[in-house]
Amino acid sequence: MSFIGKFTAALTAGLLFALPLQAEIDIAEVETESGVEAWLVEEHSIPIVALELRFRGGASLDAPGKRGATNLMVGLLEEGAGDMDARAFAEEAEALAASFRFDVGDDAVSVSARFLKENQDEALDLLRKALTQPRFDQDAIDRVRAQIASVIRSDAQDPDAIASMQFNERAFGDHPYGSRIEGTLDSLAALEREDLVEAHEGALARDRVHVGAAGAITPEELAGALDTLLADLPQTGAALPEDIDVSTEAGVTVVPFDVPQSVAVFGHDGLARDDPDFLAAYVLNEILGGGGFEARLMEEVREKRGLTYGVYSYLVPKDHAALYLGRVSSANDRMAEAIEVIRDEWAKMAETGVTEEELESAKTYLTGAYPLRFDGNGQIANILVGMQMDGLPASYVSERNDMIEAITLEDIQRVAARILKPEALRFVVVGQPDDLEDANQ
Amino acid sequence: MRRLIALAGACFLAAAPLSAQTIQDQVTSFELDNGMDVVVIEDHRAPAVVHMVWYRAGSADEEPGVSGVAHFLEHLLFKGTETRAPGEFSEIVKAQGGTDNAFTSYDYTGYFQRVAADRLGLMMELEADRMKNLQLDREDILTERDVIIEERNQRVENDPGALFREQSTAAQFLNHPYGTPVIGWRHEMVNLDLDDALAYYEKFYSPNNAVLVVAGDVEPDDVLTLAKQHYGPIPANDELPERTRPQEPPQMAERRITFTDPRVAQPYVMRSYLAPERDPGDQRKAAALTLLAEILGGSQTSVLPQALQFEEKRSVYTGAFYSGLSLDDTTFGLINMPSEGITLEQAEADMDRVIAEFLENGVDPEQLERIKFQFRAAQTYALDNANSLARLYGSALTSGLTIEDVNAWPDIVQSITGEEIVAAAREVFDRDRAVTGFLRNDAEVTQ
Repeated sequence: MSFIGKFTAALTAGLLFALPLQAEIDIAEVETESGVEAWLVEEHSIPIVALELRFRGGASLDAPGKRGATNLMVGLLEEGAGDMDARAFAEEAEALAASFRFDVGDDAVSVSARFLKENQDEALDLLRKALTQPRFDQDAIDRVRAQIASVIRSDAQDPDAIASMQFNERAFGDHPYGSRIEGTLDSLAALEREDLVEAHEGALARDRVHVGAAGAITPEELAGALDTLLADLPQTGAALPEDIDVSTEAGVTVVPFDVPQSVAVFGHDGLARDDPDFLAAYVLNEILGGGGFEARLMEEVREKRGLTYGVYSYLVPKDHAALYLGRVSSANDRMAEAIEVIRDEWAKMAETGVTEEELESAKTYLTGAYPLRFDGNGQIANILVGMQMDGLPASYVSERNDMIEAITLEDIQRVAARILKPEALRFVVVGQPDDLEDANQ
Repeated sequence: MRRLIALAGACFLAAAPLSAQTIQDQVTSFELDNGMDVVVIEDHRAPAVVHMVWYRAGSADEEPGVSGVAHFLEHLLFKGTETRAPGEFSEIVKAQGGTDNAFTSYDYTGYFQRVAADRLGLMMELEADRMKNLQLDREDILTERDVIIEERNQRVENDPGALFREQSTAAQFLNHPYGTPVIGWRHEMVNLDLDDALAYYEKFYSPNNAVLVVAGDVEPDDVLTLAKQHYGPIPANDELPERTRPQEPPQMAERRITFTDPRVAQPYVMRSYLAPERDPGDQRKAAALTLLAEILGGSQTSVLPQALQFEEKRSVYTGAFYSGLSLDDTTFGLINMPSEGITLEQAEADMDRVIAEFLENGVDPEQLERIKFQFRAAQTYALDNANSLARLYGSALTSGLTIEDVNAWPDIVQSITGEEIVAAAREVFDRDRAVTGFLRNDAEVTQ
């Protein structure tokens, strides 16, 4: 069960187009006595540990009329636990030089812990109190609530945030995905302590948790620690939400807002993470709008025309819906042109796909970049827990590059035709764009 | 993405180690015959490397009238050389499975690639090539000028908080170029041309004005051999100017600004004081100010949040900011975002009252001990991230410090007393050396 977590290098001496590294980190699959499963990469050269927990469900578990409850609850986990008020808790964490981050998204609550080997037991005990004995003191509730309200108010004035919110609202309507996880100012104001206690019981349950760890800890230590850490949590959480189909119509929605540069979110329905075509779609997107300057959208919109600082597209496989989205921002008098170029590229890719050369270059990049991701304990723990959330086996780490290599040009062309839908490509534009009006085309 | 790094708030946690392995064990340095500095940081856990070249030239080294040219040039360095086509640099890096990017700040411009460790030589070959052989087309670069203007739109024009901070910094520095934004003033950016970019390039881009930082799965001797091979042949620039900028005149009067914008959702008051930076061989005061920022606003248990957010509940957010990594005098910042119903005038008075009480009462020794322990622990955590170590050394060496200064810093921080911190605070917190700014919206009623 115990391995030394390190890459096994498989380097060749070639220069320009050398074979990629193989990411052969050794993942120990740990099962605790009480049945919690965890993945671990042991790395004892630095006396620190990174621990990542994910509880599936997240803000989508909010009860009807209680939007924002899970988010507020998570914000309060570090604001007092057991016999410690907020200040005592923070002082204890500082005295241990441990850091705990609690976060919530549409589909999960995440807990990120970093601590020193020398006070591992104390750090884990403090984390246990935060997870299992949060106090939800009224003054802490009021303080954190006011901070969240300030975020809601700020986002209402931020074109980036408005664009995302407006797109989601149109795509998902009443489904939890259609509204922001913080809730509205009204729903947030109406939350009571009891709602937080309920949200806590619903969101942090033992049958929903995935664990990734990396650093100076053995499988035996980790197993024991996890059983202690999670013992007092309920076995089962609140019911997960229903799946939802996304349907959009091609066209532009303009949300008037007084800024010099318009911001657009665009897209339509996407592909589930467990779809057999997902990896091919991922490669396809790398070529269309992935991170690099060579992506077609970046090349056409930024490099050739100088219409933007950045344009990207990305697959968004949520647990209960899937989107294919993109973002761009461009001065009000240039956004119309940027949108036209993006539309053309979207349609062109759907129709003619990619070239052999583009595919080879994307493969070289993706396979070469993959091992470089395993960059430090925190990163590794993150990747491990992310893979479990995606339903991937531990062996994926060593098989993934071969799977990328096996994707053919025919696969990509078929997937391009399947997932790129010019007839559904919707733009939500926030700003005062010239020559753009609300339109379905 | 060829991006700016804002200086604000980036304080380095660095101190004496808890573990046997130390940062200094991992760091080796050399100087090439042509004056190029080389720093190697070993991390053998993964077969990857980050390769960075930092120039001791940033926006504060620009000539008057061409603000933004340092950052514009940074973008243009991806536009080809005598032997490489535009964009080819990034294509080659990508074909190695690597990523590359660059950044510009007041005191430095940096370029980096992350690749498999055995591609280091190729990265050096590419980076050495564009240190001297840049080849630009007068017309083509106008497209890139549009890109940086969109970048300014995105980072600044669309965000009233960013506009406010820009105005505040401009008010702080009457004469020193730190008052000019790194990305540039818009009216000057739109006129930047090839001659401006090349003038900056020829003046500052040379090995004797550069620091090479390599971090990852490498041996120092191998790095030196490769560096000699690729960077060694580039001649030093004998006409490299001495790095002196116009300095501030004595500030004799308090400065106040009010920025009003209907898009401001959350009004706040911000105060910045002129403050000394870390100087070579003289870092005690900066260390005291670094600790002061932690004590006043570094965490939930700090002085400002405890008083105003937790006890009195008159603020939503409070903070304190200081970074000693700067070539010339820098700033110490305070911020108070009041709760609903509290005006900015009251928020300013609250902040001043809490600071006055702190100066009266002195430093809580337990708090100071917790902070120092966190600084020591940060030395251990830092071992897990060779990238940030590379950035630490790169930014220090381009901000006027030496490796000895970087290595001495953790012990200096540990040796600072509560009395020194209060003394540094008393010296810096002088309203005649400060800018107080209100960020408000139309709706807010003044007292």
